[in-house]
Amino acid sequence: MDLTIPDMALVVLIGASGSGKSTFARKHFAGTQVLSSDFFRGLVSDDENNQAASAEAFDALHYIAGKRLRAGLVTVVDATNTQRGPRAELVRLAKAHDVLPVAIVLDLPEQVCLRRNEARPDRDFGAHVVKRHVDELRRSVRSLNKEGFRRVHVLRGESEVDEARIVVEPLRNDLRGETGPFDVIGDVHGCRAELEELLGELGYAIDRDEQGRAVGAAHPAGRRAVFVGDLVDRGPDTPGVLRLAMGMVESGSAMAVSGNHENKLLRALRGKQVTMRHGLAESLEQLAAEPPEFVERATAFCDSLIGHYVLDGGALVVAHAGLPEQFHGRASGRVRSFALYGETTGETDEYGLPVRYPWAQDYRGRAIVLYGHTPVPEAEWINSTMCLDTGCVFGGKLTALRYPERELVSVAAHKVWYEPVRPLVAPLPDREPTALALDDVMGRRVIETWAQGMVTVRGEQSAAALEVMSRFAVDPRWLVYLPPTMAPAETHRDGDLLEHPREAFAGFGSLPVLCEEKHMGSRAVVLVTRSASVGPRRFAIEGDGAVYTRTGRPFFDEESTTTLLHRVRAAVEGLWDELDTDWLLLDAELLPWNAKAMKLITGQFAAVGASAHAALPSALSALGSALDRGVPVGDLLSRTESRLANASAFRDAYRRYCWPTEGLDGVRLAPFQLLATEGATYHDKPHAWHLAIADRLHQADPGLFTRTKRLAVDPTDADSVAAGVAWWESMTAEGGEGMVVKPAANFVRTGRKLTLPGLKVRGRDYLRVVYGPDYTDHLDRLRDRKIGPKRSLALREYALGLEALDRLSRAEPLWRVHEAVFGVLALESEPVDPRL
Amino acid sequence: MQTGCQGVGWFARLGGVLLTVSTSTCPATDLGYLLFKHPDRAQVFSVASGVAHVFYPRADEAVCTAALLLEVDPITLAKSRPGSTYVDDRPYASGSLMAVAIGTVFRTAMNGRCDARPELAQTAIPLSIHLPSVAIQGADDLAERLFGPLGWHVECAPVALDPEFPAWGNSRFVSLRLTGEHRLADALRHLYVMLPVLDDTKHYWVGEEEVAKLVRAGGEWLTTHPEREFVSRRYLAHQRGYVRSALSALDGTIPDEEPRTNRPLAVVRAEAVVAALREVGARRVLDLGCGGGALLERLVADTSFTEIVGTDVSAGALDAAERRLAKLPDRARSRVALRHSSLTYTDPELAGFDAAVLMEVVEHVDPPRLPAVERVVFGVAKPTHVVVTTPNVEYNPLLGEQKSRHPDHRFEWTRAEFQDWANAVAERNDYTVRFGPVGPVDPDLGPATQLAVFSKKEA
Repeated sequence: MDLTIPDMALVVLIGASGSGKSTFARKHFAGTQVLSSDFFRGLVSDDENNQAASAEAFDALHYIAGKRLRAGLVTVVDATNTQRGPRAELVRLAKAHDVLPVAIVLDLPEQVCLRRNEARPDRDFGAHVVKRHVDELRRSVRSLNKEGFRRVHVLRGESEVDEARIVVEPLRNDLRGETGPFDVIGDVHGCRAELEELLGELGYAIDRDEQGRAVGAAHPAGRRAVFVGDLVDRGPDTPGVLRLAMGMVESGSAMAVSGNHENKLLRALRGKQVTMRHGLAESLEQLAAEPPEFVERATAFCDSLIGHYVLDGGALVVAHAGLPEQFHGRASGRVRSFALYGETTGETDEYGLPVRYPWAQDYRGRAIVLYGHTPVPEAEWINSTMCLDTGCVFGGKLTALRYPERELVSVAAHKVWYEPVRPLVAPLPDREPTALALDDVMGRRVIETWAQGMVTVRGEQSAAALEVMSRFAVDPRWLVYLPPTMAPAETHRDGDLLEHPREAFAGFGSLPVLCEEKHMGSRAVVLVTRSASVGPRRFAIEGDGAVYTRTGRPFFDEESTTTLLHRVRAAVEGLWDELDTDWLLLDAELLPWNAKAMKLITGQFAAVGASAHAALPSALSALGSALDRGVPVGDLLSRTESRLANASAFRDAYRRYCWPTEGLDGVRLAPFQLLATEGATYHDKPHAWHLAIADRLHQADPGLFTRTKRLAVDPTDADSVAAGVAWWESMTAEGGEGMVVKPAANFVRTGRKLTLPGLKVRGRDYLRVVYGPDYTDHLDRLRDRKIGPKRSLALREYALGLEALDRLSRAEPLWRVHEAVFGVLALESEPVDPRL
Repeated sequence: MQTGCQGVGWFARLGGVLLTVSTSTCPATDLGYLLFKHPDRAQVFSVASGVAHVFYPRADEAVCTAALLLEVDPITLAKSRPGSTYVDDRPYASGSLMAVAIGTVFRTAMNGRCDARPELAQTAIPLSIHLPSVAIQGADDLAERLFGPLGWHVECAPVALDPEFPAWGNSRFVSLRLTGEHRLADALRHLYVMLPVLDDTKHYWVGEEEVAKLVRAGGEWLTTHPEREFVSRRYLAHQRGYVRSALSALDGTIPDEEPRTNRPLAVVRAEAVVAALREVGARRVLDLGCGGGALLERLVADTSFTEIVGTDVSAGALDAAERRLAKLPDRARSRVALRHSSLTYTDPELAGFDAAVLMEVVEHVDPPRLPAVERVVFGVAKPTHVVVTTPNVEYNPLLGEQKSRHPDHRFEWTRAEFQDWANAVAERNDYTVRFGPVGPVDPDLGPATQLAVFSKKEA
């Protein structure tokens, strides 16, 4: 005997003590699926048969069952359940998680149960207990359906129990196996002509009957249409729409979920008392002109429609009024009601229409949810959801979304078929795809990255970043990326250098590398849009873009930022069409150093220079005089001389990175990587390609863009390596900061391991700014520096940064992009040697 | 005292802080006796912060100059300022490091003892002291204010931050030359006390024993110094208890407590907020941006507030609030909860309260982020009432504030600006709003602090 249970069910075993429930459960279900009351009694009291512990045991059992149901797991409760009270609690639990409760009754003769109990030394309750169980069970069986069990299987006698076989059936909404591609079509509302036109636009060939009426349609490439419901009512030709849609569904070229209008039409067609509002009267009138067979077919069609579908492995959900994540793939009255009607806040707006609960704003699921129900002027993404009802019947348009391409296709309404109660305006205050929640960033987070798997951000790291992000960073809608920190090459072991190109080349094995001049300024991320309209449309924010530091702080005030962005925009001109985008994100260095780091320079670096140059010359002259007198201070004098030379070198080092700026005058950008544009990231483009783009910007506006010098090095060729070393030596001899050595190909894996995106090799004099003027005097001690933690951090931040770019370029919801960006900032609170 | 300093490599030392003391007393070379340091030798002393060298650039009958050159040990330096940077100006500038070196190397001279020339030690002699690099925190005339009353002629030459960048202005270092007739012991004590005072920083932890050191070094001359209170305060790292005991030891005076005539604005403001909450009958209250918990403490004291939640974006501020609340009895403590939250991220946990307070918070938010705050507070948390206070910028001249009352204020609003914002917020979120003054009210400029009480329309 096959016992069917829906996938995602709470299975309640019902049977007297000794009826073999546990054996049955063991035979048919995995150990983790079965929650046995005996086991829980043992957990809470160390005695499986301690009836006094029952209340605590069931409390714990219900808690665990709730966790499993929340995760959508089939769960079996192994307890006698012969009384109505305990069963009612389980039915409630199933409903609370919108899964179906199923009863399996093991109805065995009393004698069998008694015999089995006698064989077990731990079961010493009397025969009267078993008799009571059997009596209760027999009384209950007939009312189980009424109690809320959606399926009831009764196994009578030992042979039925032995022969039973569990068959798990997918739910009707479970079409995860259907992978598309799909064309999801918004509310049609009887607009047959527009529907035919849209199907044509989408590439469907329409079948017509001898009267020329559309009776079906098919796509040559096998695409399938998915109707989000509300095919009927209000419009001029509800029967025509039904004829076409039913034909498509019957032939398998379309599927449809029920809208609230189909539901109401169905009740009207079945003769139920319904109010004739919202265009129902028109439908009934139109249907009255059709033959009864057609009306019958329409009735059956409406009756067959379910509330929502889960498609494409769970990546796509279609429901008429949308669906929050916890309802996906679930089955209950509540789920169907939400799918058909949505949820309202209980308030009404100025037109007397119910105010809808803006579930999409809080939506954090991975699946795309497509729906209709509430007409909007334009279909747009809110988190990963989109309303496709663009009010065709009200004179708007009929819209479809191609999935997985995510392309919108629309046809305009031929006329206003039905006067809207409320004008069709964008519900602006409700449209906040930007609202970020504390839960999106706080606590311990494990962020899945495509580049390096899971990256963990600890709770205290998130907490540390919250303040910086909230109080100092630019608006998160612009803050779409933060660059990773960069590790230095392994420490050079001999001579008078701490860092040397050879270690950097060796760091990438035999990979060809590109050496890039390191500009000493401040790391800058530049997001620039093609025109002022792009910000509001693409990033849901007014403005031209943003220029921010590696901790997300703005470089300039609003006015200067705008001026700078306008210059960048002008220089970028040729790239918009070439890259097919209307915004782009650049990784750059902003010069001079003092443009952003003025406080640091005057408070620390220049202060050291000033005090040293005030103190040391006086000391030298005092020592000189003493030496002239024959006082033996020669050693001290030469040490002090060397310190003055160091201090001068230190001053020269930072001076090279400073020049006067006035507003934006004197400010320069050295871009070195194009990070992302609409629909694309560029981590796999060789660095030479990136620098070629930077060169074009430099040519377009040499006053703003600084060119980055570069040299390709083949680490397997000794001459090439020598040339690389010489190049670095000549740059750093002039006081240059040094260079960054990057794998020429850009993003590289070595085996399964991600390779660092670059290693910096800093010049001898530049490092005075980092390690202090006299660091060259104690190199041996500094060589103990530990680079490992910094490299690990750089890799994790790199992976998170790539993830942010990927999410951004795919136009994923803001919270998804922000999660990765916030992760980079959070990791920055990790204590690593700041001099590395 | 004299040590060889073997075992510490010279390479490990940094910088060079210089002090020279010259005299033209006759014979000038007696300075060597006074300092207990032979003019023809180069001497090395180990001091807490590194190594001090004493040598004489000049030593003849007419003029004798002793130099103390301090080489700083970077490890001591790093320990003195945990988390400090590796690029530090301390090895080059006189401050507390130099003061400690003087106290160590010239201790006998500073005590006025001189076995060879006892009468000379008690005599004021012409002295010229030069410190080419002294750290100063404060106004240009600070050195004059400190050394002038002691009878020194003060020459204070500013040191440019970087001569190549004149626009950067002067550094906080000066070249200081003091000339005058003093007993050498007094001159050294002046330096010993005043160098850390000029810098307003000590490289070591200031404890109780510092009071005794100050009284010992300054007992004779600090008592009548017009800046003795200022000197004591800085010398004792602004620790009020120490300052009071030092001053009373010096001359029996006790500094006035803060004037009590005007209650601080912060107190008046907190009282006004509590009054507003009472007036609307709030019982469950949110303090958004509770900081160190000053308002929370006040709220707990009133049992009509049955549930109080303080939130702040700064984990550090919440730690401080936690410490403050830890002093409460359990029953009172249980009415307050603290939550790490942000005004730019929605937080469903904050929904459903009777009232929320934003006391001196909005002005710490960048103007472009105000809509996010509005959404978090009025759109999602949606308490029945919201109490907002913010400075009235028009009143600032009366507080002697030039621009802003706090360096972190992103803006300060006029009355009109605040009311425009508040009215618009109320309109957009279905609240009504009324305004009130807090603190002293000027007939033209309005109140010191402005307050708004928002109430949900259906409430």
